[in-house]
Amino acid sequence: MIWPIASAELLPLFSYLYELLESTGLPQPWLAVVVYTFLAALVFGVLSLLALFLVWWERKIAAHIQQRFGPMRHGWHGWYQTIMDAVKLLQKEDIRVATRDKTVFFWAPVVCFVAAFLAYVTIPFGEGLIVADLNIGILYIMAVTTFTVISLLMAGWGSNNKYALLGGMRSAAQVVSYEVPMVASILVVVLFVGSLSMVDIVQAQAGGIWNWYIFRLPYGPIAFCTYIIAATAEANRTPFDIPEAEQELVAGFNVEYSGMKFAMFFLAEFVNAFTVSAIAVILFFGGWHGALLPSWMWFLGKTFGIVLLLMLFRWTYPRLRVDQLMEFSWKFLVPVTFANIIIAAWFKYAGWYW
Amino acid sequence: MPELRTEEFQINMGPHHPSTHGVCRLILTMDGEKIVKIEPVIGYLHRALEKICENRTYAQCIPVTDRFEYVTAMSCNQVFSMAAERLAGIEVPERAEYLRVIMLELNRIASHLIFYGVTAMDLGALTPFLYGLREREAIIDLFEMTCGQRLTYNYIRVGGVARDIPKEFIPKCHEALDTITEKMSDYEGLLNENPIWLVRTKGVGVMPAKLGIDYGVSGPVLRASGVDYDIRRDDPYSIYDKFDWKPSVRQNGDCFDRYLIRLDEIKQSIKIVKQALDGLPEGDIKAKVSPNFKPPAGEVYARVENSRGELGIYIQSDGGKKPLRVKMRGGSYCQLQALPYFGTDCFIADLVAIFATLDIILPEVDR
Repeated sequence: MIWPIASAELLPLFSYLYELLESTGLPQPWLAVVVYTFLAALVFGVLSLLALFLVWWERKIAAHIQQRFGPMRHGWHGWYQTIMDAVKLLQKEDIRVATRDKTVFFWAPVVCFVAAFLAYVTIPFGEGLIVADLNIGILYIMAVTTFTVISLLMAGWGSNNKYALLGGMRSAAQVVSYEVPMVASILVVVLFVGSLSMVDIVQAQAGGIWNWYIFRLPYGPIAFCTYIIAATAEANRTPFDIPEAEQELVAGFNVEYSGMKFAMFFLAEFVNAFTVSAIAVILFFGGWHGALLPSWMWFLGKTFGIVLLLMLFRWTYPRLRVDQLMEFSWKFLVPVTFANIIIAAWFKYAGWYW
Repeated sequence: MPELRTEEFQINMGPHHPSTHGVCRLILTMDGEKIVKIEPVIGYLHRALEKICENRTYAQCIPVTDRFEYVTAMSCNQVFSMAAERLAGIEVPERAEYLRVIMLELNRIASHLIFYGVTAMDLGALTPFLYGLREREAIIDLFEMTCGQRLTYNYIRVGGVARDIPKEFIPKCHEALDTITEKMSDYEGLLNENPIWLVRTKGVGVMPAKLGIDYGVSGPVLRASGVDYDIRRDDPYSIYDKFDWKPSVRQNGDCFDRYLIRLDEIKQSIKIVKQALDGLPEGDIKAKVSPNFKPPAGEVYARVENSRGELGIYIQSDGGKKPLRVKMRGGSYCQLQALPYFGTDCFIADLVAIFATLDIILPEVDR
């Protein structure tokens, strides 16, 4: 059996660890289990820190847009404020409604949390910094991130609350509508690369800024715009945050959640925002490619740039209404992305690209 | 396979809900996301203000009126003082009238700035709220400088005003008004041409003029439906007839017009305040009135144009030092009672927009 992990491609640190484990004489299935557990723990740790950082960063950016300071008390400009928040949420009482659907209510945040992290199996953080280079990489990410909507539906149903139910229903409708233009925008790039593997997509953009797909393809900017709109909706962020629209549905699907369960939804939201930005960077902005600095720094820097874009959307725009959201997707985004695919296919067929 | 069955369900919006501006409870009958029926339930904030007034002298009633409509407490002070003055035949000095108009209009600007922020926030844009409050802060500072209070002013008294303005008031006031004039383009730039804002507000929650008149709706909400009716012009009180201004009227009666008309009114109010500051005469600020004055027996109804419509006070006197009966009339109450008739058959998100642009505050409804 061939394991998708490619030890030769890993950074020296990882290959050293791999060889160290190999030298203990552990038989193969167990060796793989140990290696993957280690990698999973590492990715989980890094992402949790990233999510906490993003929460703090969003609060600071929102504050500065709104002429405030934001968190200032804990450390330099409140840098460990979110860590304290997480500690507080851990200590809080887990309030459970008596009329909830016990199983569904319990598993909803877990599914949400796990689904948010599953995508990182195939996201390359840098050259060789990838857990497993699946040959269906982007398809896999699309499949697992859609699990989030199941968890939101579960939360809405399990809470036995009308506001939560409305939120869950809205999120289902929204994700079904926006999955189509999102995948269609991604297909444009996939069509060009001829591979679904994330590493192949990034490798195809090597060699300078003009090889990034947003600049290299004439239809690249359109694909990026449609992708980022659909991605904002996928990540449930304003102007598409109708599932938790706090002025309409109080808090939407997570209205009955408190303590750590709420924190899991909250962190998952930020991990999702990071995921969609990371995919945008991989597809359109050359992934880890860049000069001088290490590859992972380039990747993180670009991803934070896209996250910043999402944050600016959030703190400037009002929210769309649920029917307008659907209309926008089916009457505008879907035709545009499909036309874009046809144009892309024509360009590919005619060979009009460099 | 059993036939798919749908049914309407009821949902409680409030008493604790982020966008009911207080403790209003709306029982909504919903068909999915669509609203079929609205049933407002009020009274959660009832404090028996009218009854409390019956046990106090006229001068002691002024602080009570502050709590009636706390966002524009100045006009509540004004309307009660006006009623008592008409009852007792008290003449107000001219300087006091000018100061009253300055304070009333500044308070209207402050109230509309809150409206701007809160409406944007209810539609999901959180940033304008902070911008609106930032400019309001300058006005509130002016009030604090004058009467020491930031919300419940107790400034306009029977026979005049409580204190004269300090020396630095006039330059500070000009400065604040200039800042607001300058920032108005920011406000308009943020929302007026924002496509999301337009689809959320244009054509949403249209209130026909006839419905508004039938239910006693007044103020900016009625003027947005095309009715040119402003008490400041049509039943002039204080010295509004001395200034050059005109009521703002818009025709469509939808949420967008109700939003725009407030921005228009801010500009008109700035005009009035500037003229009043320039024409401010010297003189007394208060007529000589005994704290326990006894007006002759009789009844009176006084009304002012508030930022939420007609604000009226009816006082019945038996010749004693306390009023026999007081009735307060607020614009929010009428707007809330008209809501079920034009707010249905829309989405829950639209109801939030309608509720926000009606600019209802609940203490005024419940009294």
